[in-house]
Amino acid sequence: MSVLTREEAQGLIQRVLEVYPEEARAERSQHLMVSDPATEQGSSCITSNRKSLPGVMTARGCAYAGSKGVVWGPIKDMIHLSHGPVGCGQYSRAGRRNYYVGYTGVNTFGTMNFTSDFQEKDIVFGGDKKLAKILEEVETLFPLSKGISVQSECPVGLIGDDIEAVARKGTEKIGKPVVPVRCEGFRGVSQSLGHHIANDTIRDHLLDSGLDDGFVSSPYDVAIIGDYNIGGDAWSSRILLEEMGLRVVAQWSGDGTLAEIKRTPKVKINLLHCYRSMNYISRHMEAKYGIPWMEYNFFGPTKIAASLRAIAEHFDDKIKEGAEKVIAKYQPMVEAINAKYIPRLQGKRVMLYVGGLRPRHVVGAYEDLGMEVVGTGYEFGHNDDYDRTTKELGNTTLIYDDVSEFELEQFVSRIKPDLIGAGIKEKYVYQKMGIPFRQMHSWDYSGPYHGYDGYAIFARDIDMTVNNPCWKKMKAPWKS
Amino acid sequence: MPKVMLRRDSDGLLICYVPKKDLEGKVASLEFDQPGKWGGRMVLDDGTAFHIEPLDAPPVFPAEMRASRG
Ligand code: SF4
Repeated sequence: MSVLTREEAQGLIQRVLEVYPEEARAERSQHLMVSDPATEQGSSCITSNRKSLPGVMTARGCAYAGSKGVVWGPIKDMIHLSHGPVGCGQYSRAGRRNYYVGYTGVNTFGTMNFTSDFQEKDIVFGGDKKLAKILEEVETLFPLSKGISVQSECPVGLIGDDIEAVARKGTEKIGKPVVPVRCEGFRGVSQSLGHHIANDTIRDHLLDSGLDDGFVSSPYDVAIIGDYNIGGDAWSSRILLEEMGLRVVAQWSGDGTLAEIKRTPKVKINLLHCYRSMNYISRHMEAKYGIPWMEYNFFGPTKIAASLRAIAEHFDDKIKEGAEKVIAKYQPMVEAINAKYIPRLQGKRVMLYVGGLRPRHVVGAYEDLGMEVVGTGYEFGHNDDYDRTTKELGNTTLIYDDVSEFELEQFVSRIKPDLIGAGIKEKYVYQKMGIPFRQMHSWDYSGPYHGYDGYAIFARDIDMTVNNPCWKKMKAPWKS
Repeated sequence: MPKVMLRRDSDGLLICYVPKKDLEGKVASLEFDQPGKWGGRMVLDDGTAFHIEPLDAPPVFPAEMRASRG
């Protein structure tokens, strides 16, 4: 049962909008809606992927964050140089918790921060010479790196440096790919354009350049696309695919390597988890190499089972049987988890505000635990995301696009959910209000949440948060 | 003249994707869909209409092509 009727929810949206000046109200009203599963296309009711209004507190990131932080960053055996001032890379360093195996600083570089550390003179005289020097320095210090990507920060675009030319020369000099990525933070309206730019540069500089390392493909090769291995997510997904008989050739890009990426054009199907950040490359591989792609969802046993079966549909009976075996194998585990946690979580209401795929993908996992999602929204979703979202939701669920901190607070104080799942920018506000909160971008220092193993951890974490006695003892500091 | 990408989904339905607009929709109707002639007016399930210069044979999907607003 939802707390609000459709009319009440509409009324709540209207009330929240009242504080805005007329123009802002008109703009923001297009980003808030009440879901109605009857509508086939969520995008016809909601506007998304628009520039945030000045003065409105948005939680969005920048294109650099989308490229360096999300898509490129996890490729572990390449060095991703944050080209520009030191802050952009340093303050986001290792924050996404993309796990990987390897010797950091020797053959993997995931948690390190490489930056050209622009100073005043680099802004005035240009940073190209410095970049060229850095490329050589990196090669000397880290000879086992497989390549370098140059992730431009805002100033590089503003002063008009020619990083493409430097990268071309660098490639010749060090004999490894040096990829210039024009992901300056000012491009686009959110991190989403950064994903796109990163996809395009991977396509142009790595994928289509081909690789002939004698890799022999098998009829069961698949690639995991759009899984960033946050807290080990890709690993807990990978074992399920392997158990059903498939061979995972590449992980994009969590715990991924350059060689894996180059081999991807040889797989039979691309399995796409985060549609938002990697649908571009999947569509490209479909058009160019004829590799089909499908979206899947490894959050919660219901969706996992459905996804495993859907994946198996693309293969022969051996794999189909394998999928059933995997589902049967984990069934007792799922039942044990449900028996333990459903009584503790039944009927609890959740509000989400995250990015990428989670506003819709995790809904099933909460429902498996007997919980209900009463509000959800994307920081940087597009039309096609909202089309995919409304199907997953119940009647009268609030949907908010690029919600401002003010709007979210208002919604929360009216709906009074039992749990909020959003990002670090929201976390401490709500915790101080005494509302159970989990940081659901990087699993609040926990994870993995994908797959059956992840479900066990997810259930435990949610229970630990929702039923923690500490919340009742909290009093917001501004209320004393 | 936006570029559109046509592909078949798992049920064999034709899906049209317009990258510039992040618009993805099922093709509700297509004027010519015969072995000898393919294209013409294409309407998506949300009502958006395009015109594709008719081809002499159906393309191999997935296919990228130019379409005009129609
Ligand atoms: S907006 Fe520009 S300066 Fe800010 S973090 Fe992004 S790239 Fe750096």
